[in-house]
Amino acid sequence: MVHGQTANAQEDDVTLKDVKDILDAEILVGQDQLGKEIKTAFSADLMSDVLAFAKPDSLLLTGLTNPQVVRTADILDISAIIMVRGKRPSEETVKLAEQLKIPILSTKYILFETSGRLHRSGIVGCIEKVRSEQ
Amino acid sequence: MSYDKTFSVEGGNFQAAGNVSSEIKGILKDLGLPKDTVRRAAIVCYESEINIVSYAKRGEIALHADDRAVQIEAKDEGPGIPDIELAMKEGYSTATARVREMGFGAGMGLSNMKRYSDDFFISSEVGIGTYVKMVVFNLDLKLHPDHPQVTTDRIRE
Repeated sequence: MVHGQTANAQEDDVTLKDVKDILDAEILVGQDQLGKEIKTAFSADLMSDVLAFAKPDSLLLTGLTNPQVVRTADILDISAIIMVRGKRPSEETVKLAEQLKIPILSTKYILFETSGRLHRSGIVGCIEKVRSEQ
Repeated sequence: MSYDKTFSVEGGNFQAAGNVSSEIKGILKDLGLPKDTVRRAAIVCYESEINIVSYAKRGEIALHADDRAVQIEAKDEGPGIPDIELAMKEGYSTATARVREMGFGAGMGLSNMKRYSDDFFISSEVGIGTYVKMVVFNLDLKLHPDHPQVTTDRIRE
């Protein structure tokens, strides 16, 4: 952080630990990465949409639990995966996430609530809108 | 610098889908290529790997990287695409339920490959297979008007 910044700037500084608390989430992979700073997020259950629109270092909020979620996150440099609606990853998914060092959190909140609560805390969408031709 | 390696991809092995792309991403990172180049090459590679696993009996992904560009060639022994123009349309899909369960098969694969590459070539023959060649430039050699996302990214950075 730059010296002399206001309290407002510090409020914007959301970490993965804050995300965990906000979502009352369980950490399934990545206990050692809770200090990661989180600024943007993308929500989708369609991995092709994630590949089309998600930006590096964003959170991925999803209801999918298969290993392809972790693969997609790895390809895109996603900072952490949040599984919503109480979804739990399969054993293969956890193994792959551990190997690739991508944190997975599980929250009981639905996708709408998860996104809303994080947005209220200062995390914004990694893009606001798609372009008209998309 | 010049690097070449060919990888084989097993059709129908959904568990392994993405292994080759992860490996290629690691290689490109190790070669010290720009982050944006690595990311775009990894995305187009991953979409083509998913397609091979989803539709073909077997396939191959050939990587070529040098100082100017990364080239990904994906070739498969599969059903082929009868109407490429139709297949390129976002939303058009012939995917099975198994593919959709993974979060793919929404008809975006080919358009994502085109979206993230600077040069895209596809040819296909029904009953024989499909060949896709994608080139991602290392440097900002051009800001391609067909790649608004990439352009936006670069402006932001």
